[in-house]
This record gives sequence, C-alpha cells and structure tokens, in this order.
Amino acid sequence: MDDPNPRPRLAFAPRLTLLVMLGPVAAGLWGTLLPAFGHLPAAGAWGPSLGPLRMLFAWPGLGAAVRLSLTTGLLATLLSLAIVTLLAAGWAGTRPFRLLERALAPFLSVPHAAVAFGLAFLIAPSGWLARLASPWLTGWSKPPDLLILNDPAGLALTAGLVAKEVPFLLLMTLVALGQSDGTRGLRVAQALGHGRVSGWLKAVFPRVYPQIRLPVYVVLAYSMTVVDAALILGPTTPPPLAVQVLTWMDDPDLTRRLTAAAGAVLQTLLVAGALLLWRGAEMAVAALGRRWIEAGGRGRAEPVLRALGLAAAGLCAAAVTAGLAGLAVWSVAGFWGFPDALPQGITAETWMRLGPGLGRAAATTALVALAATGIALLLAVLCLEAEDRTARRMGPRGLWLLYLPLIVPQVAFLPGVQMLLLDLGAHAGPVPVVAVHLVFVLPYVFLSLGGPWRALDPRIGRVAAALGAGRWRVLWAVRLPMLLRPVLTAAAVGLAVSVGQYLPTLLAGGGRVVTLTTEAVALASGGDRRAIGAYGLAQTAAALLPFAVATLLPALLWRNRRTLNG
Amino acid sequence: MAEGLELRQVRIARGGRDLLALDRRIAPGEVVTLMGPSGAGKSTLLAYLTGTLPPGFTATGSVRLDGTDITRLPPESRRIGILFQDDLLFPHLSVGGNLAFGLPPGGSRADRRARIAAALAEVGLDGFADRDPSTLSGGQKARVALVRMLLSGPRALLLDEAFSGLDAARRARIRDLVFDHARRRGLPVLMVTHDAGDAAAAGGDVIVLAGDAPDP
Repeated sequence: MDDPNPRPRLAFAPRLTLLVMLGPVAAGLWGTLLPAFGHLPAAGAWGPSLGPLRMLFAWPGLGAAVRLSLTTGLLATLLSLAIVTLLAAGWAGTRPFRLLERALAPFLSVPHAAVAFGLAFLIAPSGWLARLASPWLTGWSKPPDLLILNDPAGLALTAGLVAKEVPFLLLMTLVALGQSDGTRGLRVAQALGHGRVSGWLKAVFPRVYPQIRLPVYVVLAYSMTVVDAALILGPTTPPPLAVQVLTWMDDPDLTRRLTAAAGAVLQTLLVAGALLLWRGAEMAVAALGRRWIEAGGRGRAEPVLRALGLAAAGLCAAAVTAGLAGLAVWSVAGFWGFPDALPQGITAETWMRLGPGLGRAAATTALVALAATGIALLLAVLCLEAEDRTARRMGPRGLWLLYLPLIVPQVAFLPGVQMLLLDLGAHAGPVPVVAVHLVFVLPYVFLSLGGPWRALDPRIGRVAAALGAGRWRVLWAVRLPMLLRPVLTAAAVGLAVSVGQYLPTLLAGGGRVVTLTTEAVALASGGDRRAIGAYGLAQTAAALLPFAVATLLPALLWRNRRTLNG
Repeated sequence: MAEGLELRQVRIARGGRDLLALDRRIAPGEVVTLMGPSGAGKSTLLAYLTGTLPPGFTATGSVRLDGTDITRLPPESRRIGILFQDDLLFPHLSVGGNLAFGLPPGGSRADRRARIAAALAEVGLDGFADRDPSTLSGGQKARVALVRMLLSGPRALLLDEAFSGLDAARRARIRDLVFDHARRRGLPVLMVTHDAGDAAAAGGDVIVLAGDAPDP
C-alpha cells in the first residue's frame, strides 16, 4: 500500500508513556509482594516465608482497621455518587447548576489535606461551629469533651472525603453529559410525562454512568486507602489499614516493613474485593432500575429530592470554603480564646516565624510539580500527536490502562518502591519523587488534554499542510496555539495533582523531600493550629495559582481573538 | 512535458472493495467537476490527492503535477491547494497572519506585508490585515481563505464543496472569483460538488461517480 507519509509517526510515544506510568506501579507491586512473603535482604530477611502474614494477623487492631477501610471507602463513594446524581438529575441545565459548574475548578484543585484540615477546624469541639453556637446555644464555656474528630467509626473522615470527591465526580459527570446528549434525553422523558428527577434517572443516568464508572472506581479505591486525610480526620486506635501500613513503614526496626508489606497486600485484596462488590451492586441496581422503568411510575417527592441534591452539594462547597477561611484566620490569629468567634487580634507573627521553612517547602513543591507536569505534558502531546499521525485512536483498553494507576491503591505499590530503592542502595530523593508523581500526574494531564485535542477539526491540519507546513510546524504553529487554553488547564491539573501528593512524596523521598503537603500533614499530630493554618493555606495557594494563570493567560494573549477567548 | 494535474490509473479501495477509479488529465485553467451521491468517494479522492488518505483506504496508481510524480510526496511538498466548505482560517492569527502562514519564506518583512496587503486589495479587502478573522462576514472569510491558498503558490486547486456554506448571492460571486483567479494563474481545478449550478458555472467536464458503495 502507498504510504504518502513515510516519516516519524512517534510510535514510541504511547509505549514510553505506558512505561513511565505503569513501570513504577508494576515494580512497586513486585517490591511489595516479595517482603510480604518474607524476602527483604536489606532487613536480613530471605524468604519465602509466611512470617509477615502471621505477624499481620497477630496484630489485634486488624479487624477494626479492615472494617474502617471498607466502611469509610464504600460510604464516602456511595454518598458522593448519590449527591452528584441527585444534583445532576434535579438541576442539570439550570442557572444554579451553571453557577456550580463555574465554581468547580478551584474546588477540584484544593488538596485533600487542606480540605481535611479545614473541616477539622470547623467541626472540632473547639472549632468554628462550636464557637458560633457557644455559649448562647450550647452553654459551653470551654471546649466540650466530645470525640468528633478522629471518631472511631470514621465519620469525620468520610465527611472530609465526600467534600473532596463530590467536585471530582461532578466534573466527570459534566464531561459525560456533554457526550451523551443528556439535555434532549431529559426533554423527551419530560414530554412523556416524567418528573425531572425520575425522568433524568431513567433516561439519562443509564447513559452517563458507564462513562463515569472508572472515575467512581478511582474514588472507591482512593477513599479506602487514603492516608493524609485519615491522619487528620480518621480514627487512631486502630487507624484504617493504610495508615497502619505507613506506621509500620516508618518504624526504625526494618523487619516491621515485612509486616507493612503484608498489610499492603491485604489492602490491595480488600480494594479488589470492594470493586467486585461494587460491580455486582451496579448490575443489581441496573436490574432493579429496568423494573422501575417498566413499571412506568412518574416519580414522587421530586421537589424534596431536588432540594436535597442542591443542599448537599451546597453544603460540600460551603464546608470547603469555610474550612479554608478557618485556615486563613488561624494563620493570622493572635490570642483566640474558646467561645470567641474571632481572634482578639490579627498578627503576621505565624507567617514570620514559619517564613523560611515555608519558602523552602514551597520551592521544593514547585520544583517537583513543574518537573512532573512538564514531562507529563510533553508525553501527552507526543501521544496525541502520534494518534493524529497514525490515525489510530486510543481504545477502551487504553482508557483502562490510563485509569489503572489511579485505581491501584497508592499504599499497595509505594512501600514496594521504597523497599526496592533500599535494596538497590539507591538514594531516595527528588528524582524518585518526580517519577512516582508522574504516575498520578500523567493520567490526569492526559484525560484533561485528550478531549479538546481530539475535538479539533482535523481539516485544520490538512489545510495547514496544503499551505506548505510540515507536521512539526502544524503542531507548533497551529495546534498548540489553538489549544493554548486546554494545554494550560491540563498543566494546572497536573500541578495541582502533584502539589497534593502526600504518600508518594513521603515514601519515594525517604522523608527527605519536604513539600508543603508533607509538612502540613506532619503538623497534624502537633496541634499548632496557626502553623497548620499557614501550611494548609500555602498548600492550597500552590494548587490554585496555576488555575488562575491558566484562566488569565489565554485571555491576555488572545484578547484580540474572539474565537479563542470565549 | 505534460502540464496540469494528471491522475494515472488511480483506484481507491476500502477494505478490499473498489470505491472509484479515475484516469484523467486536467489541463491548466481547466475545471473538472466531480459529482455523485454521498459515499461515492469524492472527498476521499481529494484527500488522496492532498496526501492525507484516511486509514482503511488503499490507493493504487499515480498522480503527476506539471510532469512531476507527486504520489509519494508528503502533503506539504505537493503544492496542491484545497478549499473546504468552511473557511478553516486559523483563529489565533490575524487575517494577515493567516496569509503569511502560507506565503513561502523569503523577502523582507516590509516586502511580505506589501504582498499580503496587495493580495487582500485584489479581492476587495483593503486594510483587513490586522483584523481578527472571527469579526469577518461569511463571504469575507471565504475570500481570505481563497487568498491564503493562492499566496502559498499552489500548482493545482481542489474544491471540496467549497461554496456550499454560502447563500445564493454570495455563492455565485465567490465562485466566479475563484474560477477567475484559477484561470488567470493557469491552475488545473478539480471541484467536488452536489450543486448543478456549480457545475454549470464551471463550464468544464462533469464526471459523475456511480457511488454504489455504502456510506463510509
């Protein structure tokens, strides 16, 4: 067959990307599996043996830790999905919905740890809510002795996860709605006499869910195994399994890492089991839903359901906003006695005191984030350009591979990465940190950029070529400038993802790479609220700033180009 | 030397099934019209000629332009201009920037700007160089797209339903403008259209493809 373009097709790009993205995951899983069965030469252990598993099962907290992982993970996912579904069913296409849509990006980028700290500052016995209600309503003149934070059932942790996952699932739902003609589907259902909510659930949700299934799995796996938010909001005796694995990894006694590895393997199996359970529940719900549709009911309690959806989503947004405000106020608070709603004075003392440390941590954070995002952006552009050149689109299998590093629990492979580095005698440090950040940054950058890139009219490239432009010039002078806004948005997403990483930074950095996030979470156990406020705020600012740039820069550069400025 | 655009024994197939076959020379200044139902492979043939045949299609035969075999040349080296139904102006460049994109390199900055200004004036768009393309009317955009293509110095011209997006009055004006420029420059033109009026205005041969193939 004639090939009129026997030139670089960039076939290496997808392969290299897969290697960069999945290599550390595979190596880490292997590096976890070996010590789990008693093989860790660095600790003088030569397997195979079942010793580590026996030690794991001898830990008295195991039952509770396993139960916590399951309950917080499943409950957080279920609640987040329910809120997003009710919100979309009741409000998609309306004014309040568009307002929420526009406010989404900042909420998405706020790091988990900052959300958790903010929520803690709100709901703690000495937090803002208690202060606002005291003493006139509660009669409290000093903080009550209530276990609201770190409650043994993990409810505070679940709430924190929901506040953070609702924006993520909402974004994914918006993307899916755009691709599934939801507006007209709803109009047809309403014309047939269905209420808004039930009509949406019957006619649109079945089209939307398959497209948000993988993101839902990400939320489930993440919520079951989250470490940073659990250290801040979660129970402590015992903690959820993932936190306990980290505790064992931190133990100066190297043989404890064998137990940690066994725990990580158990955690992986738990996630796999929960995903299977969820898949089964999906099929059951689908079967029930079909019967519901066949029964022909027209929906009940519609106004109540609509109000509930909007109220729950609004509550999430309000909690995150108020939490961030709490961080800000604490970071500049002078003396602040208990029932007072506001501190007696405002002072820059906290920021002055922490300044140098904050500056160093901010610089490290920026360096790691820029390196990981730069590499991810380059690989994503090369992959998408390769798609154009070979005219071969990524299939469903590619999408699964893209989501894989987000579904495999961090705590399953990161301990293995650290122990492999240990075994190789390699230094943990910034380079491995950038490498493991890439594992998480790449999928998000790719997912963010892929849609707009593929939506570009392919005839634009043909016209440019007919005018005499080679492929690299078409990429450089036509595609990338036209896609400036999505490219910058993808970069902002990548930077925010990197800034928020706790466990990868901690384990691949061997504790020596100090970022705003690791430092903020390290403060959790201390109780210096002013320092937590400052670090939490700095962390949030580091994640938000790129989004501001991504919004403002195209508006500035393309101020005279209406099409690109909309 | 055989001047013009020459399609020698060109056969395009999809998944092993023949889609169309054409053997034909288009002389400089001649306009050949290609008609036929959707799915007959008209646009696929143009994509083959510009070197951007979509995957799944195979082609045999050869294409010569002014005596040179261009069958294996990359799209940007073929010197075949194409106009689509949409103007496809680059939205990030000004009108003048769009024209400069296709203008072959060389010449001073002032010289290039003068050429661009003169080319715009020729189609009644004096002083439009600094305008944002999105502020132009449909007819103005079509004229800019034409000038952009002509400035790149093509040796042949393909029209892919190029006038379908315009209303009746503009359609005739733009069509005459395109044919006029093509004739004056001695460009062979291959036009794909659904519209009998286009074919009549072209005044040249009309090839009707059978189009028993299913829609692609």
